[in-house]
Amino acid sequence: MSEQTLFKVTIDNITVEVPAGTTILQAARKIGGEVAPPAMCFYSKLKGSGGKCRTCLVEVAKGSEKDPRPMPKLVASCRTTVMDGMEVKNITSEKVVEARAGVVEFLLLNHPLDCPICDQAGECHLQDLSFEHGKSGTRYEFQRRTFKKHDLGKNIQLHMTRCILCYRCVFTADQLTNKREHGILDRGDHAEIATHIEKSLENEFIGNVIDVCPVGALTDKTFRFKNRVWFLKPMDAHRDCPTCSGRVTLWNRGDEVFRVTARKDEWGEIEDTPDGQPGWICNTCRFDKKETSDWVIEGPREINRHSVIAQGHYSGKIGTTKPNETFTAVNDGRTPQLLMDIHDESEVNQPSIHLSQTKGPSHGETFNNNKA
Amino acid sequence: MQPLTNKAQAVNRAPMSFWERLYLINIIKGMFITFSHMFKKQPTIRYPEQKREFSHVFRGLHVLNRDEAGRERCTACGLCAVACPAEAITMEAAERQDGEENLYREEKYAAKYEINMLRCIFCGLCEEACPKDAIYLSETFAPANYTRKGFIYGKEDLLIPNPTTEAAAFAAAKGVEA
Repeated sequence: MSEQTLFKVTIDNITVEVPAGTTILQAARKIGGEVAPPAMCFYSKLKGSGGKCRTCLVEVAKGSEKDPRPMPKLVASCRTTVMDGMEVKNITSEKVVEARAGVVEFLLLNHPLDCPICDQAGECHLQDLSFEHGKSGTRYEFQRRTFKKHDLGKNIQLHMTRCILCYRCVFTADQLTNKREHGILDRGDHAEIATHIEKSLENEFIGNVIDVCPVGALTDKTFRFKNRVWFLKPMDAHRDCPTCSGRVTLWNRGDEVFRVTARKDEWGEIEDTPDGQPGWICNTCRFDKKETSDWVIEGPREINRHSVIAQGHYSGKIGTTKPNETFTAVNDGRTPQLLMDIHDESEVNQPSIHLSQTKGPSHGETFNNNKA
Repeated sequence: MQPLTNKAQAVNRAPMSFWERLYLINIIKGMFITFSHMFKKQPTIRYPEQKREFSHVFRGLHVLNRDEAGRERCTACGLCAVACPAEAITMEAAERQDGEENLYREEKYAAKYEINMLRCIFCGLCEEACPKDAIYLSETFAPANYTRKGFIYGKEDLLIPNPTTEAAAFAAAKGVEA
């Protein structure tokens, strides 16, 4: 590549030099932290994404060095490229903060208050967004939209009511698979993710729609209701996979692999592999390899300590090695006489039930509960 | 040592007088205080015949709530367990199937729900964290037991009686309206 022209852009009074053609959002992410606008629909690894959700709106206070007039309206930073000498205001602009709160309110109009049930809770971008930028109440008084349930096959669970129509999954299917089988049907309030008609999504890379979905609209059926993400232990692991990079995050409970996802960076996007390609993973890795022996474990994954997933986890290797039972050693080889094994009494986490082995969500009879 | 305050008083080491040596006056003074207590209100409560009233903010044993139709409210969201500082709460979730709509309020429910009362410190954070009004701390306390086994409370111990199918038990558990 020849000499790239570098543009100087100032975002929230922090100046950064980026190559021409970079979007404001990408420049802000280069600075990092709170300066980076939130994004619900933009996904840097997917071509053509962005410009739909309007959460990344910023104010351009100075267009460029040559034309210093401010832009008349707030612009979507994921779709606007930088100019030399541009000055952008993100959180320093009152207009932006107010507009963003409005956008969040719009996004939440039809979003159900499903979080206690939703498997995405704890790693949901919409939860983070509404917590950071939204208002505490809603002014909406009408029924939220509902849809006929759509089955997308044995691996992917669709909850259309939770969808915010970001189109990320459509781009994923377009760019990772040979043939896109799902898309948005109808329009306006009736717009919904669906296959035409009632097909299951079977492509080897279609599981990545679960990772790109910013909300809980597309979730992993093999993990459905098995556990909450913040009770699981994320571990970096890899495997020699013939179809994909094989670099994943395992979500463990004890020694059981409850869920497999791709590795995500601080923006919630798929991490690049060392050769610079996005680390998409295949369905075999994601849905079928639920044994610890399938994987080479690299170590615990670093989780931002502000995330609920980090609760109860220690950094580094602590908590990943099992402590030795020291009782007999300090008591001259005697075993305790009054020892209560919690599994004798407790019905939760029984060693005989392997939730990681069951396909799909568990039901009453999974726990030998003959109530139904 | 330099005194830190000026409250220190020197002990009176003067020899006692005759009346002081008799101790009689002080004994009578003391007996008078003892005797006067016979006419005061007794603070003793004769438990278990008499019981003290619980405070309105008393936090006792947990109950798992049902809605008006008798469906379990808990959806096993795990917020009580994550809020619990003693890590006393564990649960396992399951999906509601067709025909179970009268048992569980939402799509997902707690198939197993356990509180280890040995660990619980009755802080009430689970009650505060619950988004579904499903867990409440009641005005009873855990009965004493000889073994630790009796303190693992499962769902059958925690759930309130079903107001539609077990109306009598529900009314009894609810108690008399004050």
